Amino acid sequence: MVAWTEFERATIESIFSKMDYEDVGPAALSRCLVVYPWTQRYFAKFGNLYNAEAIQANPMVAAHGKTVLHGLDRAVKNMDNIKAIYAELSVLHSEKLHVDPDNFKLLADCLTIVVAARMGKDFTADVQAAFQKFLAVVVSSLGRQYH
Amino acid sequence: MSLSVKDKKIIKAFFGTISSKAEDVGKEALSRTLVVYPQTKTYFSHWKDLSPGSDKVRKHGGVIMEGIANAVENIDDLSAGLLTLSELHAFMLRIDPANFKIINHNILVAFAMLFPGDFTPEVHVSVDKFLSQLALALSEKYR
Repeated sequence: MVAWTEFERATIESIFSKMDYEDVGPAALSRCLVVYPWTQRYFAKFGNLYNAEAIQANPMVAAHGKTVLHGLDRAVKNMDNIKAIYAELSVLHSEKLHVDPDNFKLLADCLTIVVAARMGKDFTADVQAAFQKFLAVVVSSLGRQYH
Repeated sequence: MSLSVKDKKIIKAFFGTISSKAEDVGKEALSRTLVVYPQTKTYFSHWKDLSPGSDKVRKHGGVIMEGIANAVENIDDLSAGLLTLSELHAFMLRIDPANFKIINHNILVAFAMLFPGDFTPEVHVSVDKFLSQLALALSEKYR
């Protein structure tokens, strides 16, 4: 069980309620594919990932970025039960998608950078701490069912 | 993952862009390191005020960014250029090199916050590579 303070709960809720999913999802995923190019191994069927411009213009990457970000909604709405909520998704990533769980942290870091860029000064150190704690719990839960 | 000609060009240009706000970047990066990764406070037990934006934190953030600017000047041979700083960190400060990853992450966050338009994915990857090489050069003298 993860202990959340009132500040952390309020911060997570605020960030996600104000977030433009259409913008942040694609930005985070495409940044991940550019900054950590080995992550492209999971997207062989996505067409042109040849360079940074192609990745950022790729509609399949954009669509998948939104899917991934909306996947976080369940965790935002069930912060006291993230491990259970993501059990099925964890099995999916392990058994079907065969994603190395180290990659979850890479995407989480890119999401942090994108949110920092959108929020500017509002992304204070305390807000960052809450956001990174939330993502760490998500990342841990997604890796939980690997064996 | 060594630095290409393109990486070096991007890095020199970006650090030129941020140079006027280098102290701000350093202050943000160090503040976040101390708040988001509280175990790093153990290296600053001799400071009274570790709050984000305190005078000491601001000044020290500036010192760190000066070191990084120096590394940009020495980008073609980081090991040689950072020899003295590596000896300082290895024998005097004895900071566990795992912490270099932490402050590097927070430097990237500070860049994203303060220069959202300039810190594109292409710039991000080159800067990330550079900071990793920097950390490696800084760890040279440890053992």
